[in-house]
Order: sequence, then structure tokens, then C-alpha cells
Amino acid sequence: MKAKTRAWLLRFGPFVGLAAVILIFAFATGAPERYLSANNLRVVLAQTVIVALGAIGMTLIIVSGGIDLSVGSAIALTGVIAALHLRGGGDPFVATMLSVVAGGLIGLVNALVITRLRVVPFIATLGMLGMARGVAKWMADQQTVNVPATWVNQLAVTFPTPEWLTFAPGVWLTVALAVAMAFVLRDTVFGRRVFALGSNEAAARACGIAVPRLKLLVYSLAGLFFGLAGVMQMSRLRQGDPTVAIGTELDVIAAVVIGGGSLSGGEGSILGSMIGALTMAFLRNGTQQMGWPNYVQEIIIGAIIVAAVAIDRLRHGRE
Amino acid sequence: MALHITDVSKRFGPTVALDGATFSVAPGEVHALIGENGAGKSTLLNILGGLLRPDRGSIEVEGRAYAPGSPREARERGIALIHQELSLFPHLSVAENVLVGTEPRRAGGLLDRAAAQRRTREVLAEFGHPDIEASAQVGRLPIAARQVVEICRAVASRARVVLMDEPTSSLQRQDVERLFALIRRLAGAGAAVVYISHFLEETREIADSYTVLRDGRSVATGRLAEIANEGLIAQMVGRTVSELYPARPASAPGEPAFEVRGLVAPPVVRSASFVVRRGEILGTFGLMGSGRTEMVRALYGLAPAGEGTVLVSGRETAAAGATASQRLLEGIGYVSEDRKGEGLALPMAVADNITLTRLSTCARAGFVNARRQSEQAEAQARAVGVRAASMEQPVRALSGGNQQKVAVGRLLHQDADVLLLDEPTRGVDIGSKAQIYEAIAAAAARGKAVLFVSSYLPELFGLCDRLAVMSRGRLGDARPVAEWTPAAVMEAAIGA
Repeated sequence: MKAKTRAWLLRFGPFVGLAAVILIFAFATGAPERYLSANNLRVVLAQTVIVALGAIGMTLIIVSGGIDLSVGSAIALTGVIAALHLRGGGDPFVATMLSVVAGGLIGLVNALVITRLRVVPFIATLGMLGMARGVAKWMADQQTVNVPATWVNQLAVTFPTPEWLTFAPGVWLTVALAVAMAFVLRDTVFGRRVFALGSNEAAARACGIAVPRLKLLVYSLAGLFFGLAGVMQMSRLRQGDPTVAIGTELDVIAAVVIGGGSLSGGEGSILGSMIGALTMAFLRNGTQQMGWPNYVQEIIIGAIIVAAVAIDRLRHGRE
Repeated sequence: MALHITDVSKRFGPTVALDGATFSVAPGEVHALIGENGAGKSTLLNILGGLLRPDRGSIEVEGRAYAPGSPREARERGIALIHQELSLFPHLSVAENVLVGTEPRRAGGLLDRAAAQRRTREVLAEFGHPDIEASAQVGRLPIAARQVVEICRAVASRARVVLMDEPTSSLQRQDVERLFALIRRLAGAGAAVVYISHFLEETREIADSYTVLRDGRSVATGRLAEIANEGLIAQMVGRTVSELYPARPASAPGEPAFEVRGLVAPPVVRSASFVVRRGEILGTFGLMGSGRTEMVRALYGLAPAGEGTVLVSGRETAAAGATASQRLLEGIGYVSEDRKGEGLALPMAVADNITLTRLSTCARAGFVNARRQSEQAEAQARAVGVRAASMEQPVRALSGGNQQKVAVGRLLHQDADVLLLDEPTRGVDIGSKAQIYEAIAAAAARGKAVLFVSSYLPELFGLCDRLAVMSRGRLGDARPVAEWTPAAVMEAAIGA
């Protein structure tokens, strides 16, 4: 493949993919005006919030050359924590903060296991996937935790009040955080060091970067986003469910990878990951509107992940 | 003195890596650290670079005591370590690579991109390379430019002591010249340079003074101009190597064992034809990029070939479409120049590595007999002089020289009739080299046909019967070694 084509793919591949998905379904459903309507956009965006927030954190981790498999369990556990606090009559804001901090702590524990015990991220977070899920079930007494109506329940609704918001508050929050993190990754010393770490860890160490501390920051910061995703999950269900979000980590990783993130580190962008998350959300939405069974959707998304990575290999050239 | 090292020692468990290293380097001096693999050079550099802490001894930098706890502290004291493998960030820009760890900041941890670009351009200009773009992505630069970036990192951090570990191992000649110019400029600006290389000729070219390390101890130090190579080698190995290359009895060459006619392997190899007879060692010299490695890989079926035929003991096959497993069955064996990448299974045991290409000899009905495997491996390991604690030790735990001997041992265990060797002594200490030469000569004496590809002239002249030169994808005619001179070989390699 020519270098030009490759550079082009690198730059616009994810956009083209998203546009293709939207176009295909706009016509396949036979009702482009409905598929492209503001209402449908509201539905899709509200559905994307959880994966998108997760993908912001995951982008950070994947760019640094790591991986986190515990996202789904972290979402369930932090959702349960918020729900328990609300059920006990707690303040909704405190409940939200508890979730976010809990997410950060889960990330911190992951990072400590990775840096102190020198367990590779895949295994460390695979362990956390089990442990966080178990703790969530334990805390919730193996039941869903119902919560009283508060503003937290409004965070990720499809039709927000007041109406002038147009999209759910959670959508706006996600957009703001995505912009902020894109800025952090691109324009701060911390962000550039995350890229350096993922690009060549040994060199980063030799250049005097405090690698363990950087990893603690990366996983903890990403954990905050997973905690916030947990709040959104609870908000959408209006209850804390310890068995929710099983496998969500794979959607989140897929979003980052579709958006150009490389699992060998050093590459990825928040914008790309957001595009990746949207691509999957539009696909789900489209297949639902087509009335296709769930398995069709699973097959297509699986194929898209493989295609995205195959394109990734192509643009890196052979070898 | 810019750097003064006294009696520095370090052990890892039972292994003594350094046992009293002492030397000093003045500002503006290039000091060569010479020694076999495992002599303690890398350990010493890692201590200086803040990656390891010594058990004993003292270090002074510019007259003040120096005991770095981390690479960061080393950098702050003006020590820069330039590694064997390039330690760059391929995904980042030149500016980010040069200033990593000392990035100019604005308030709130923001990267000051303008200052970073400006500072990098200054350093690049100061170093005579204003042609390199500060904003270019390093992964897309040619390798020579990358090395400039790496050295500029040392310049940008105002390094007073620059440590270089085998910086030329991945460079070709013209890039080596350029690197030397860079080093001279560094030294000219008053930096003290500690230089490690296996290539003695090259070391002489760049260094003023030397220290020989043997078994972790500094055994000799002085001016390079005052000692001959023989003297240095004697100090390195602790004995006189009267004959590095084994004597090879002149005998009539046997019948052709391996013949190549009109090999073309795009894009690099344009034409190659040669014959290797039984009992003969045919040398092939080529600079990096000449197509020497691509030729061997195409012949062994590891890279696609376009045209040409290959005759193994008279049986003819097309070069195109051949696979390595087919070549292996035909009785061809191969040692890759890329030991870590494709030469060895690093996490596996020595025994597994040695017997891997011919496991059938120690297996029955698909089950490997561990005892028989271990015995066979041990016999081969002894033959090539592998130093390992046991045959069960993972190859990764061995020194580079011993790893390479394992690779050669595997080839001998395979008992192939035709041996294709691509840089079989790259990155290997002199003692191990001698053992590998001996093993190759012995194989030839047993009637094997050997193709020996190398970019190191002395070994080609020391070992081969005939020599052919590869240049820009074309392999010239093979002539007896006696008809060549080193200058003629270089001329053929560089010429059109």
C-alpha cells in the first residue's frame, strides 16, 4: 500500500467508518428521516454515554501501552456503591462522588499490582474483573439496589428536562470531559509522557520519567471515568445492579481500537475513541430498527472490530 | 577529571558482574571500554546511568561524589546513556524525543510547544543538522537521522559525560562516519565520552584512551596509540590468541553440494549465482542494504524469490515458492542474523533450542524423551563451547555470545549438508567468536558446504576458501581468498 493511502486511512478511517454505518442504515431502514432524526440521535447518544466515558479512560490506558479488563466490573461495583448511598438517604452529589472515587481506587489498585507486584496489566485487571464483580454482589447482597428518585436518575435519560438541554446532561458532561482529556493528552507534559511510555517504556525509564508513578496516575485517572460510567449505568437502570455491564470492557476496548488506538501502545486519540463508540452505538441502533435479531448485531460488531484492526495492520505496513 | 571510577563492584546473587573497576576520563576525551561479553561493561554503564546501584566503590563526576538512585538523577548530574538499541519514541516528534524528561512547561503542566520546537531547532543547528524537522515523527526518519536525534537528547540535557553502548552495531559504514563526527563534536565541546564497541578497528578510530575489563576487573588502561590489537586481545581474553582462526588444511574441494543459478528476489536481490562444494566455506561480503541477508532468506524460503533455480546435491528446484520447511528437508540449515527476532526461542531451554529442528532424533511416537534430548543437547553444547548452568536453563538467561553458540549448535545438531550462516558472530565476544569459527571449520572438514555471510572482513579472510561480494543486489563472482585484498573487497562492495 502506498504511504499516502496509509496516511489517509490513519487520519480519516474512523470517520469514514462512522459515516458509512450511518449512511447504510439511513437507507437500509427505508426511513432516513427517522434514522437521522433528532430523536433517534438522542437515543443513540444517551446509549453511548457509558461506553464513551469508559473509552476516554481506556484511551489513556491503551496509549500508555496498558489494558484494563475490569471496566465492566468496575461499572457494576461503582453503580452499586452509589445506589447503596442513595438508598440510605444520602446526598446524590456525594453518591456520585463516591462512585467516581471508588472507580479511581480500583484503578489505583490495578496500577499497584502492575507496578509493585510486576503482574502484566492483562492479568492484573483480569483478576480485578473477578474481584470487583464479587465485591459488587457482596455489597448488594446479590440483589439489585433500588434507589429513590433524584436528579441522578436524569443524568442519562433520552429526553432531558428542561427541554432546551436537547441532550441528556450526561451527554454534555461526556463531551466536555472528552474535550478536556483530548487537551490533556495532546498539550500537557503528562499527556506526552503517556505517549512516550506507550511508545517505548524502556526508553521512558532511561530518560528519567518516573514510570511507576506515571502508571499509577494513568490507571487511577482512567478509573475515575469508569466510576462515572458506573453512575451513568445506575442512572439508566434506576437501580444498582451488581450483574450489569458484563463484557462492557470489550465494547470499550473495541471503541478505542476502532478509533485508531494500538494495543501495543503509543497510538490512539480521544476523538477517535469517541468515533469508535458512536460507530458501535449507531450500528446497534440501526440493527434494532431493522428488526434484526441480536445475534446479527453481535456478528457485525465482531467483524468490524477485526476489520478495524486489520486496517490498523495495513497502515503500519507489512512488518 | 570529568569521571573518576574507583573500585566499583557489583554482584547479582552468586554471579560477580563487576569486581573492582577503576578508571578516569578527562573532559573532551573519548575513552574506550573494551572487554568480552560478560566482562561487566554493560553493568558498569548501567550503574553510571542510575539503573543499578554498586555494592562497593566510589564514583566522582566533575570532582563531586556521585551515587545516582535513578536515571533521572543521573540525567540531572549531566550523565547521558546512549543504548545499544536505539531508545527512541517512534510515535513522538523529534522535539518530544529530544526533550523528553526535561520538557519546557508553562503554568499548569502545559507543554510549551513553541519553546520545545525552538530549543530543539537550536540543538539540531548546533549539531550541524538543521535539515531534521523538529516536528517530524521519529518513526518515519531514516536510521541515521534517528541516531542524531538520540545524541541531540544528550546534547540538550547538557550532558558532561556521555556513555555509548555499541552505538554502531546497527549502522552501516557511512553512518558510522557520521556518528564519529558527532562524537568528536561532543568531545570538542568538552564532554567526556565512554565508548563501548566490539569492533577494535572502529574503536581505534574514535577513542583516545582505553580500559580493558576482564571478569569485572579493570586489567589495563592507557593510550590506544601505544598498544597493538594483539596486545588488547591478549588483555581481553587473559591469554594470547595466537590463532583466532582455525588452521584449515588445504584439500581438494568435493562435488557441488549447493548451487544457485540466476536468483532474483525483488525488490533488493537482482542477481546471484554461485556454487558451494562439499568441505568448502564460501564467504559473502556485503554492506548493510546490499541484499546479502535478503539473498539468504530467499534461498531458505523465508522471503519470496522471483526467479532462479537452486540445486541441492544436484537436485533442481525453483527458487520461487520454496518454503523453509521444504529447504530443511532438502538438508539445508540456516542461522539468522537476527538472534532475538527469529534465531532462537528465548524463553525455552537450551536443550529445546538445540534439538528443535531435529526433535525426531530424541522422540519416539511423538513423545520427546527428555533424557535423550538433554544428552544430545549437551554433546552439541560441548562441541561449540556453550557456557550454561544446565541444559534446562532458558536461553534468555545466557550471554549474547553463548546464545549465538546455541544457535550454531542447533544447526550442527540438525546435521544439514548445506549451512547458510548470516552474520553468525554478530555482537559476540572474541572468545566465543573463536569457538564459533572452530565449529564452522570442523563442519566443513566433515564435508558440509558452508555459505558464510558477513560484514566483518577479518573473519571472511580468516575462515573462507573463496569470497564473493554483494553490492546493490548483485553478487559478484566468487574468487579464492588469496586473490582478494580487503581494499579490493571494499571497492567491489561500494562500487557500482
